[in-house]
Amino acid sequence: MKPFEKYLLNRTTLPNSHTLAVYQANGGYKALEKVLKKPMTPAEIIAEMKASNLRGRGGAGFPCGMKWSFMPDPAKDPRPRYLAVNADESEPGTCKDRVLMEKDPHGLIEGCLIAAYAMKLQAVYIYVRGEYRKSYDTLLAAIAEARKAGLVGKRVMGTDFSCEVWMHKGAGAYICGEETGLMESLEGKRGHPRPKPPFPAGFGLWGQPTTVNNVETIFNVPFIVERGGAWLASIGTQNSKGNFLCGISGHVNKPGVYELPFGVTAREIVDEVAGGIWKGRKCKAWFPGGSSCALLRGEDLDVVLDHDSLRAKGSSLGTAAMIVMDDTTSIARVMEIIARFYDHESCGQCSQCREGTQWLAQIFHRIATGHGKPDDVATLESLAKGMAPAKTICALADAAAIPTLSAVRIFKSELEECIRQAKDPLAPPRIEYAGAH
Amino acid sequence: MALPAKLVQEFDELVTHYPQRRAALIPALHRCQEELGGWISPETMEALAEYFAIEPVEVYGVASFYPMFRLTPPGKHVISVCHNISCELRGATQIMEHVCKKTGTKPYGTSADGKFTVWPVECQGACANAPMIDVDGVYHEDLTTEKVDSILGGLA
Ligand SMILES: Cc1cc2nc3c(=O)[nH]c(=O)nc-3n(C[C@H](O)[C@H](O)[C@H](O)COP(=O)(O)O)c2cc1C
Ligand code: SF4
Ligand code: FES
Repeated sequence: MKPFEKYLLNRTTLPNSHTLAVYQANGGYKALEKVLKKPMTPAEIIAEMKASNLRGRGGAGFPCGMKWSFMPDPAKDPRPRYLAVNADESEPGTCKDRVLMEKDPHGLIEGCLIAAYAMKLQAVYIYVRGEYRKSYDTLLAAIAEARKAGLVGKRVMGTDFSCEVWMHKGAGAYICGEETGLMESLEGKRGHPRPKPPFPAGFGLWGQPTTVNNVETIFNVPFIVERGGAWLASIGTQNSKGNFLCGISGHVNKPGVYELPFGVTAREIVDEVAGGIWKGRKCKAWFPGGSSCALLRGEDLDVVLDHDSLRAKGSSLGTAAMIVMDDTTSIARVMEIIARFYDHESCGQCSQCREGTQWLAQIFHRIATGHGKPDDVATLESLAKGMAPAKTICALADAAAIPTLSAVRIFKSELEECIRQAKDPLAPPRIEYAGAH
Repeated sequence: MALPAKLVQEFDELVTHYPQRRAALIPALHRCQEELGGWISPETMEALAEYFAIEPVEVYGVASFYPMFRLTPPGKHVISVCHNISCELRGATQIMEHVCKKTGTKPYGTSADGKFTVWPVECQGACANAPMIDVDGVYHEDLTTEKVDSILGGLA
């Protein structure tokens, strides 16, 4: 792997990295100062964001500058407007935003303030999953510190720019990471995703113009403002720019959250960064970016971990959370867990998703426990095809269908063997308990 | 039941963060669960409904949607055990078995002495430090059965 410059995680290893003093001693709030004192216009910031080609780090990879430019011009549309930072981080395998929030909260706050200035809005909500108490408390304390220093609230740095940053707690529902589910939840309701259109930029929180961005996306903003969009665009591959956080979990020697430039291969990450597959074994299968993307084989590890390369392999970058499985892993058991997860998390509004996720969970359960029926693999495939693509209000149904389709394509014979033998030869020890909803 | 004055005071401040008061409902449910016995009782729902000027059934609809809110009283200590994929790949089943054995419970159950509730949960975002459990709101990661013993041993 070629040497590269880190920028995302540099501060996270410093003692007391969560404090304002350490943040400012290491260049913190310089980008905000540049924006407010130079001053830069909102249009100039959005132009830099577009030039950087930064794509969202929350899973969908939407270009951030373009998303910001969808917000209506307040001269023509004077309604209040909001930024909601998506810190719901609940995609299985994903544990990267937490590192930023716990170790470098001011980096996120500075990004929020610059985003607010660029989109001409006065209130930001950071929606943190309820289980992340440490992230929540750390950010809350950091916001209080920033407020005291005149960086959050009225007349930031003594200028005409005012902005509030509010913390908000979720309560354990994965679907509230979907941007419209998040907005419903933030309004104090069940997290039922909304049909789109209307899109959040026109009709978001409380029906007002809203942008939703992932934590890591916003965290990139101060760096882009300080160093310029062209700098970020000089890192990475054709359509995937900058460094990204890769959380790698499962059967590797050194699981962790690592900062890497787009362009490295999955094998480099597994072997050189994560210390190789544990116990001297081989990689059988892996998810490149959380459980919602297509499984790939061990042989596919030479793929570059970026949007285009993974798409060409039939998968996707998702949240860049690699989940690695060694050659003793039971695919039936893996899929049983993943299908149970989507069944548990479906909000139930769409019949294809509500019924489909339940069926997938039941069928993978019976295959994994030696009770599979002869046509179960075909049934899985036809069920998944009935759920996606884009047949439902939100993409949770797709998120359940995609890994299923990859498993029945790549590991068809393994699943069929479980059915034929009426037992899973690779089954790990298990304890039975029914799910609680 | 009326909400304790301390909570009312907190909520009065909380609602100022939002253009509509109702947005404070989920944060308020969290605070009630923390302060009022570790669960959301029917009385709590009624009190919150009154505070937010909505129907109790609306509060129930929200509370029942979110896995973190308990609608039955838990044991003194709540142990959430992640049973999602990254944890399972690193031994979550053994951790679950061990926690249940040591606390005399079953998954989704409470021990006879009312001391422990063990609750399987989906991915908690600790996947690179799997397996993990959360005890009374604090994460414990990179677990082994020995570590579980020392964590449980420290609980009064
Ligand atoms: C079921 C589901 C769950 C999601 N969960 C998250 C999440 O936890 N965090 C996140 O940032 N995005 C999540 N997303 C993606 C968001 O809908 C949205 O695309 C993202 O927050 C936009 O931010 P970005 O453009 O900065 O990536 C989820 C999407 C779906 C369909
Ligand atoms: S696809 Fe599933 S999770 Fe999404 S809105 Fe429909 S039922 Fe709810
Ligand atoms: S799978 Fe257990 S914390 Fe993510």
